Amino acid sequence: MRANPAWAVVRFIVVAVGAVFMIAPFLIMISTSLEPNTSILPSPPHFFPQEFTLDNYVRAITENNFGGYFLNSLFVSVATTVATVAISAMTAFAFARFDFRFKNVVFSLLLAGLMIPGIVIIVPQFILAKNLGMVDSLWGLVFFYTAGQIAFTTFLLRAFFERVPHELDEAMTVDGAGIVRKFVGLYVPLARPALATAAVFSFLGGWDEYVWALTVITDPLKRTLPLGIAAFQGAHTTAWGLVFAASVVAVLPVVIVYVAGQKHFIAGIAAGAVK
Amino acid sequence: MTTGYPLLRSLQISFYNWSVVPTQVSKFIGLDNYIRALGDEQFWTGMVNAAVYLVLTVPATVVIGLFFATLLHARMPARALFRVLFYIPVVTSWVVVSLLFKYLFTTNDGAVNWFLTDFLHFTSESIPWLEQRWTALIAISALGVWKSVGWCLVVFLAALSGVREELYEAAALDGANAWQRFLHVTVPGIRGTLLFVLVLQVIGAFNVFPSVLLMTNGGPAGSTEVPLTYMYKQAFSFLDFGYGSAMSFILAIFIFVISFLQFRFFGEKKEVGS
Repeated sequence: MRANPAWAVVRFIVVAVGAVFMIAPFLIMISTSLEPNTSILPSPPHFFPQEFTLDNYVRAITENNFGGYFLNSLFVSVATTVATVAISAMTAFAFARFDFRFKNVVFSLLLAGLMIPGIVIIVPQFILAKNLGMVDSLWGLVFFYTAGQIAFTTFLLRAFFERVPHELDEAMTVDGAGIVRKFVGLYVPLARPALATAAVFSFLGGWDEYVWALTVITDPLKRTLPLGIAAFQGAHTTAWGLVFAASVVAVLPVVIVYVAGQKHFIAGIAAGAVK
Repeated sequence: MTTGYPLLRSLQISFYNWSVVPTQVSKFIGLDNYIRALGDEQFWTGMVNAAVYLVLTVPATVVIGLFFATLLHARMPARALFRVLFYIPVVTSWVVVSLLFKYLFTTNDGAVNWFLTDFLHFTSESIPWLEQRWTALIAISALGVWKSVGWCLVVFLAALSGVREELYEAAALDGANAWQRFLHVTVPGIRGTLLFVLVLQVIGAFNVFPSVLLMTNGGPAGSTEVPLTYMYKQAFSFLDFGYGSAMSFILAIFIFVISFLQFRFFGEKKEVGS
């Protein structure tokens, strides 16, 4: 609306105060990680480090096999992303451009999968993982993460593929292109923004996941970052500087992926939520 | 398929006294696991705690999210930066933020106690947040609100950009003030999205899990246990898969009924999903 300037200033201040509340916990986390560990917490809390040291980072990275956790998480997230995007692109293409028997039934099942929270089926999933020999294995994590993500990404990509103009599709048919060439040459390039959205979601999903990993991973060498950090906190109950140094290292890639893929991310949320 | 099969299997397991050892035969016990859950005081404590969590988090998250979305909808300096800052808690893993909030809610010299006593002078004594039931639920809820406000905000921002500008202008010409425009133009304009956010937030509240596990682990003495932490312990600490499955099924049915009722009461037009 035609804003009067005083109102605009008030609005800016209110939003800024809100943003401070969102960010303050992270500032405390970062400055704790950059200060020497003490058994007594500083009061008032430090939003910026007063005594600067990188000790916690050095210890977090060199001890406790933290590098291994980082690599495990990286492997699991990247593999999940590749598998999820590849599989859901193909299923979404099938839903968008082919007619087959029980198509609507299958799609409804997929949507139902979106509504059911993963944790409700954790027991049978665990038994299934056990029977498939996928317990305590990073590939097993990739398999179940991918299975868990496909419903959402297929839903996202189908809407996008459906908007590809039929004329382009037909023009390629006239040129003698088969399904594979259409998929690779037309649909995939046009859907690049949506594929990026799907990729950002599945990467972050794999990177942040905790409960399933906690359930199936027992070998300390196969821990992912969330497991590693939680175990860290259990082992050093008062060494918060150490725990937070590890947390900062774990959160950094997420922030980078999120800020870099922000546009796609927000597009994805909006596509899922608004009509 | 990846969810359908385990779901049916879950139903099957819940009727058995399931044996974890493959060589032993599981015993079919019908509805015994369900009857046991419905008579289990700890399960009901968990349901009550989840309900408290819902009451403390859902209205606050939706209102705060919508409030900031309305403010950020207008042009202002650093708008994109603000959107990023509000959203960072959403993308941060539950493990990191749960441990962070556990630290902030420490009893002696924790940041929250400092803020309430020395900064606001709200109270003179440190509150032992995580050591008693209700204050622990407040701390867990504070994390819940803080972590999902950004998500609501982004969803509402997207919805707000779909409300036609002319409607606001027409309302302004009719003499409607800002609050009236909000009630009569904005709210009806994003009705479908409001319902969608509400339903998902309610589902999320009954599924609260990692934050409780990491902040209190259900303690002290099981008083902050929620349905999923209790279910998880029954299944994976006591290896009672049948009982765990039965509880997750009761929870799933409960969530389904609640979601259905919300659609019935609040949604005239079905415009959720696309």
